[in-house]
Amino acid sequence: MVSTKSIASQNFAALSRKLRAFSSVVVTLLLTFIGLTAITFTIGRVMPADPVLAVIGDRAPQAAYERVFKEMGLDKPIYEQYFRYLGELSRGDLGTSIMTSQPVSEDIKRFFPATLELSTIATLIGVLLGIPMGVLAAVNQGHLLDHFVRIFGLIGYSVPVFWLGMVGLLVFYGKLDWVAGPGRIDVYYDGIVKTVTGFILIDSALAKEWDIFHNAVSHLLLPSVILGSFALAYIARMTRSFMLDQMKEEYILTARVKGASEVSVIWRHAFRNVLVQLITIVGLTYASLLEGSVLTETVFSWPGIGQYITTSLFNADMNAVLGGTVVVGTCFVAVNMISDLLYKIVDPRARS
Amino acid sequence: MISDIKYLSYIGLKAWLLSSSPKSPAQARCQRVYLAWVSFRANPIGMVGLVIVVVLVLMAVFAPVLTNSDGLEPNLGNRLQPSSWQHWFGTDQLGRDIYDRIVWGSRITLYIVGLVSIIVVPIGLAIGTVAGYLGGWVDNVLMRITDIFLAFPRLILALALVAALGSGIENAVLAIALTTWSPYARIARAEVLSIRRAEFILAAQAQGASSIRILLRHIVPMCLASIIVRLTLDMAGIILTAAGLGFLGLGAQPPLPEWGAMISTGRQFLLDQWWVPTVPGVAIFIVSLGFCLLGDGLRDTLDPKASDR
Amino acid sequence: MNKILKQTLECVIALTATLSLSFAVNAETPKNTFIMAKDISDIITLDPAEVFEFTGGEMIANIYDRLMMYEPEDLTTLVGGVAESWETSSDGKSITFSIRPEMTFHSGNTVTAEDVVFSLRRVVKLNKTPSFIITQFGWNADNVDELVVLDGDKAKITITEEFSPALVLNALSAGIASIVDKDEVMAHEVDGDMGYGWLKSNSAGSGAFSLQTWKANELVSLKANSSYRHGSPGVERVIVQHVAEPSAQRLLVEKGDIDLARNLTPDQVDGLSGNNDLKVQSDPKGALMYMAANAADPILGNPKVALALRYLVDYEGMTNSFLKGQYNIHQAAWPSGLWGAYNETPFSLDIGKAKTLLTEAGYPNGFEIRIDTLNASPFPEVAQSIQATLAQAGITASITTAEGKTLWPMYRARKHQLILARWSPDYTDPHSNLDAFARNPDNRPEAKLTGVLAWRNAWQKDEMNAMVDAARNEIDLDTREKLYHEIQSSLQMDSPYVIMFQQTEASVLRKDVNDYVSGSLFDLIFYRNINK
Repeated sequence: MVSTKSIASQNFAALSRKLRAFSSVVVTLLLTFIGLTAITFTIGRVMPADPVLAVIGDRAPQAAYERVFKEMGLDKPIYEQYFRYLGELSRGDLGTSIMTSQPVSEDIKRFFPATLELSTIATLIGVLLGIPMGVLAAVNQGHLLDHFVRIFGLIGYSVPVFWLGMVGLLVFYGKLDWVAGPGRIDVYYDGIVKTVTGFILIDSALAKEWDIFHNAVSHLLLPSVILGSFALAYIARMTRSFMLDQMKEEYILTARVKGASEVSVIWRHAFRNVLVQLITIVGLTYASLLEGSVLTETVFSWPGIGQYITTSLFNADMNAVLGGTVVVGTCFVAVNMISDLLYKIVDPRARS
Repeated sequence: MISDIKYLSYIGLKAWLLSSSPKSPAQARCQRVYLAWVSFRANPIGMVGLVIVVVLVLMAVFAPVLTNSDGLEPNLGNRLQPSSWQHWFGTDQLGRDIYDRIVWGSRITLYIVGLVSIIVVPIGLAIGTVAGYLGGWVDNVLMRITDIFLAFPRLILALALVAALGSGIENAVLAIALTTWSPYARIARAEVLSIRRAEFILAAQAQGASSIRILLRHIVPMCLASIIVRLTLDMAGIILTAAGLGFLGLGAQPPLPEWGAMISTGRQFLLDQWWVPTVPGVAIFIVSLGFCLLGDGLRDTLDPKASDR
Repeated sequence: MNKILKQTLECVIALTATLSLSFAVNAETPKNTFIMAKDISDIITLDPAEVFEFTGGEMIANIYDRLMMYEPEDLTTLVGGVAESWETSSDGKSITFSIRPEMTFHSGNTVTAEDVVFSLRRVVKLNKTPSFIITQFGWNADNVDELVVLDGDKAKITITEEFSPALVLNALSAGIASIVDKDEVMAHEVDGDMGYGWLKSNSAGSGAFSLQTWKANELVSLKANSSYRHGSPGVERVIVQHVAEPSAQRLLVEKGDIDLARNLTPDQVDGLSGNNDLKVQSDPKGALMYMAANAADPILGNPKVALALRYLVDYEGMTNSFLKGQYNIHQAAWPSGLWGAYNETPFSLDIGKAKTLLTEAGYPNGFEIRIDTLNASPFPEVAQSIQATLAQAGITASITTAEGKTLWPMYRARKHQLILARWSPDYTDPHSNLDAFARNPDNRPEAKLTGVLAWRNAWQKDEMNAMVDAARNEIDLDTREKLYHEIQSSLQMDSPYVIMFQQTEASVLRKDVNDYVSGSLFDLIFYRNINK
């Protein structure tokens, strides 16, 4: 018999535990955030590239240089500049980019969806092909198929993506004509579809401009397959090893003894238990694709956030670099936390 | 030691290594390594990896013997030649022999790989073991720092660091190292947590050994296996990141034959003189694959819990 | 299981193939649209008072008519743009411009002398980097309202410095002399910025095209102005697509997805020679590639060493191989093909001569030196070739490559030893280059004349300063040309510069595209005659 009081106190304890967990999450986030901006900020200020020259060009006279130097607040001590930046950031102001003459938030609205679109499709490819491959490999452990998947996984790890992209572009666009070339869309379609979400696929579908939709898919195909091959390799490999762990468990044997079909054993029993771990893996992959697409974007002239950050970095456009890094970093952390959360929801064991 | 050697010559090497009752700690250690080797040798994937890595090392060591030139001197009259007996892999945009450059480039690859390991392993081990062993606020602070580095977009951080330090191979290595150490701290800490309460540690503490001594003598060796496995598996990533930096023009400076930079400068020739960017691409691929395979094999051997992965 | 696998695999392969085939896009650009691929990451503004970048300069040349200008039909004759005619006062100190009647801006407003006065005053008052081109006449924010004035329905300018009127008119053909629509610009003024914030990414001109969109690092889209004074342009729309990778540009032009590729390398152009769908157009440019030696360096400060360097460059080897068709040998400070050019090429690779000079300078066994350069092709290749030829004279050089934004601060701070760089004139008068190469009024480090090449290389000669001033002020054209030849000849023998090459731009076009005009300056590129 449990008294009401003890239930109440249990509830209270649970609540306070949740609160503590929540505040710990918030503190982690905040610290990560401050660390992220502080490191990027310091790098930006010690860099040999000169942001003033990015504004005035290399031939400007010294008077112009000094004026802009002051206008940009670079004469202040670095911590003061940093705190000012944090203050503006807390009001949602990411500053103005030198390169684009636009507010950084506007730029990010333009470039980030391009990356998101690319990495989402790439992750989808990885999931849809990688998981079945991993499962099949585990089921056929030691057989030809298993070796194929293992080797394929390792190959996916080992190829330089920029090189694969170049070769892919040459073969599938240049020679075979299967896909469209570099860029996100044929440029003469620019400005026809109204930007609603920033995702060309969604925007063109909303506007019922199927030519443009078709064109955008054709442009997206190759870079997402190449980026996806990375995701695929990793996901297939991890699925395989998780499945192998599960197949050794006793309940599989029990299920078999009970006369469950092989398909049912694999998919209904073993795979279901693997699902939990897979969510984390997919989350990690997705997050790493968000930031790891810099090189793919370079090869495919893809106007994404990775290219934005890189170009801005080379041009000492630190507001843009900071803004981009903050957004990508936040997504990185967010995706990881969501996958943690899902993990806890799906797996009862992890909750305790 | 002398008696060991006498004993060894008496019973033969194999028997010594397989003896069920080792006579000294040294023998026990050798036995462990030998048994690991036996099990590793049975792993075809791992062996292929090992062969690739060994070939890479041999290539680097014997580069002067294997090549006709240092691969640095331009020869403008001999540009973009296709493969021939004279130039196995053809020549590049400045008329240099690509085979020679690939061979000499193996030294740079090894240099990068080695230097990153030398930086990453001690940092990761130090932070991870100290955090795990001491616990409390030290653990909290160190792990928060690790988390920040884990959350940082790695390639972008590496890019930013190189931009700040200036392009060049040492700076690229430093940047890669600074973005790679965090998972090692995590692994080391996890290992420490699992053995912190083990009897031999408690025994050492009871004997009054200092924390540093316990860390160095007892804990660090226990973490090494998983660290080495992880490092080997990461090598491909390190090589590819270095190549990526080279591709963006931030890595090795011309005329050094760094493979990523060779792809970068050769990429404009992909359509007409395909070999110029393709050969270094294949080289990077083979070496990364070699390290991956070796890592897989090592994991099967050293880390039986995680085998099959 | 294997059966299932086989079926799955077959399905996947079939699916991929059909998907890909159905998504192949018909490669042909629309007839009324001209698409060109170019690296446009250098654009940071499209306000003519501020534009000082290559691509930005090219854009505003097609959006704005200037006070004076060169027309695509004749790139060598300076004619009136917005100005119909002009009259120079007898002392050469003031010029009165009559404005073309019945010319309209894109907005429909009439172009008047008031717009001209406003545009010039705006440049001086905003005081952005390129403003020096006209402020050197003695104008500043305080006096420009008196020196640039309305004179009835004409615009009158007065200069306070000593300047040849030819030079003044030439300077008024630069981008900063673009005439903006005063009413339109002032309608977008915020906090007294004279429309600066707005004009960065919008246009208010009277040129052949108006700006539709500029998406940084993505594209610039221009729309034809059907009421242009020379008639409607040949295409309705011009799109400049940002493609940084030359090999991507090549694929695009080969497939017909673009009409013009701007950044192909010589080897790529070579590789396309057999393609019947394409043609190559070569246009000489004013850009020079040079190597500069910092005179503040104890070794490089020795004039004999600087001279020896000129004999240690394999000019012909490079122009016959990886620079072929892209750079030609040119060794004077003002490019060939423009008025005042000096075409003597006294130097070639001569190790023996260089060694003699080095021995005389006290370095018979060479020395160690650093070469800094840009990390974009062909600069690293040129640097490597120079490194090899320097080595033949015992000089050990190391190369450091960097992005421009990293390189220029070092150059401006005199922290380089040898630097391999590029220079392009701002307007078509020799003063544009020689003012930078030869004239250094104050060599002290604290003078910080960071825009001046001679100062950056810590090099100063009083007689050279006097010569540049004399040439600048000279009214008689023949005497002036002779003076410029003397300056260039003297620079060749004694200066920190090893001027090596002049650029030729090879543009690869689709066969059906005609009349793309590309002149010697970066902003003498015209789209309005293009037809296909």
